[in-house]
Amino acid sequence: MTDISTATATAAASVGLPEEARTDDGPRGPRPMRALSRRNIMLYGTLIVVSIYYLLPLYVMLVTSVKGMPEIRVGNIFSPPLEITFQPWVKAWAEACTGLNCDGLSRGFWNSVRITIPSVVASIAIASVNGYGLANWRFKGDNFFFTILIFGAFIPYQVMLYPVVIILREAGLYGSLTGLVIVHSVFGMPILTLLFRNYFTSLPEELFKAARVDGAGYWGIYFRIMLPMSLPIFVVAMIIQVTGIWNDFLFGTVYTKPDYWPMTVQLNNIVNSVQGVKEYNVNMAATLLTGLVPLVIYFVSGKLFVRGIAAGAVKG
Amino acid sequence: MHSVSVRDVSLNFGAIKVLEKLNLDIMEGEFLVLLGPSGCGKSTLLNCIAGLLDVSDGQIFINGKNVTWEQPKDRGIGMVFQSYALYPQMTVEGNLSFGLKNQGVPRAEIRERVDRAAKMLQIEPYLQRKPAHLSGGQRQRVAIGRALVREADVFLFDEPLSNLDAKLRSELRVELKRLHQKLAHNTMIYVTHDQIEALTLADRIAVMKGGVIQQLADPHTIYNRPRNLYVAGFIGSPPMSFLDGSVLAEGGGFIFRFGDHVIPLDGYVADTELRPLSDAILGVRPEHVEIRTENEASDTATFPAVVDLEEPMGADSLLWVTFAGQTLSVRVDSSRRFRPGDPVRLGFNLPMASVFDRQSEDRI
Repeated sequence: MTDISTATATAAASVGLPEEARTDDGPRGPRPMRALSRRNIMLYGTLIVVSIYYLLPLYVMLVTSVKGMPEIRVGNIFSPPLEITFQPWVKAWAEACTGLNCDGLSRGFWNSVRITIPSVVASIAIASVNGYGLANWRFKGDNFFFTILIFGAFIPYQVMLYPVVIILREAGLYGSLTGLVIVHSVFGMPILTLLFRNYFTSLPEELFKAARVDGAGYWGIYFRIMLPMSLPIFVVAMIIQVTGIWNDFLFGTVYTKPDYWPMTVQLNNIVNSVQGVKEYNVNMAATLLTGLVPLVIYFVSGKLFVRGIAAGAVKG
Repeated sequence: MHSVSVRDVSLNFGAIKVLEKLNLDIMEGEFLVLLGPSGCGKSTLLNCIAGLLDVSDGQIFINGKNVTWEQPKDRGIGMVFQSYALYPQMTVEGNLSFGLKNQGVPRAEIRERVDRAAKMLQIEPYLQRKPAHLSGGQRQRVAIGRALVREADVFLFDEPLSNLDAKLRSELRVELKRLHQKLAHNTMIYVTHDQIEALTLADRIAVMKGGVIQQLADPHTIYNRPRNLYVAGFIGSPPMSFLDGSVLAEGGGFIFRFGDHVIPLDGYVADTELRPLSDAILGVRPEHVEIRTENEASDTATFPAVVDLEEPMGADSLLWVTFAGQTLSVRVDSSRRFRPGDPVRLGFNLPMASVFDRQSEDRI
């Protein structure tokens, strides 16, 4: 044993390590990672292939929507545009004809806005209060109501299509925007209530108890304690509702008249128009325009969605 | 006058009886601890007193007023929860003043009360912070402050220290005791499963099991004269050692017969009256067993035993010894060293021991 290693040797000996352990020249520190390992090639290979599979149609749509018709007729749908023109977008938005109207998608867009905003606000407002009541308060028949709601979530829409027509007609709301808003709010109720109930159930019960001891009532606890902690779930509910209602086609055609048709219905009418030449660039632009709103919602709310709001409420 | 009275309270969740005909009277200014394992109904009882759970039957009085049907806010209570339950979106000040604002207390008085509570709990520097930016101990202080500002007569604590680490827990325990001394007229009801907290804080302890209070007494009595086998086994760490044997009358006194050994029950403090019992249990705490090596002379330590194991615990050591086929724990000074296999002699401090009837499990 040399002088230099005496101290370490004693230390090693004192914890019972064999003496070779400290002089061993074997592996040490973090394990090296190879960039081109079989695992990485499989992983990234799959991801890239799947991404291309999903992004290619989008690419074709984008490229086609900024080409002129002569260029499209050449037939190579993958080639980048030789000459970029935004005329198809303008036409799709403001000039394309459906039937007698020639004001493009803009009319449908505003109809969709007028349908989506009140429906989303109403359904989320009601469902969040429902969920809060079911999660935090015990009342007579609470389980019964909850069971009915769950059941409602699994009934196919088609079953209720005609009965709802009758109800709306009798109520004098058939063909109006109000009627459609009510239908959307009602049909969103089961799944949203379930969503909110589960979220409120996951919040610490002691917070609710503390608020009761502090003298807050049903609405006081809802607005002052629960709401400020529920931003993530409101964002989730908003995403679900905005995409669902914006993309709705069935209710839009069944319960309204042509003046109130939402964007999706109008898009369909533009794309499926049988008169004249098929303007692929206009169709592509119109489709992209219609899909823009849900897309924007996703991008804007993504960050809020991830952020944890309840931090610090309980044991941390 | 009793500060809190629980009369014949029962609580059922469906067919499950959580509390049954429970009675409990708590004096003004008393620090009462509800102690028991999880699921014994102690938190349930506290929630019933708070009004957060409706009782199935019975009455609850606070300061002589029947509050059985009152809302929690109208019962004159403040409550502290295990998970702190601070409102995350509010500052510390917001948390403290929330209840007062709901009561409609004037703004100036809210300020004054919040300041006083903050000073008492030393959380003044954090008044503008959010709970997320506080440590566990600071959060629990805020939670206590929230109960304090309400100037309630009765404070309810639901395992307030269970989420803290050991060092902080003992610090806050001392602070709670100090707080109780300061607020001499405030009744405190404190739920815990930690017997150290119970023994150190309580004026009286109610040991609960299966929704029934097993014993209600001051910590000294609970520790030294447990009413039944359950309380004896639950309280004390390391736990009491039990010897199975029988009680016999002999020569005007009583003896405890354990295998071939005879332990005279001289000086035993009976709850009722000693009587011959064919099936009895002698319970002795580790510190009430004397131990001698074979060489040391002693009048009392006369029973032969063998050392199994030594557990050094710092201030003292715990010896596990085998005595006639049964294992006993003995607390000895840490300066005395024993090795496994050492033959020793044991003696029992009978005035501090307990004899139980195996049938009824009650202390004799």
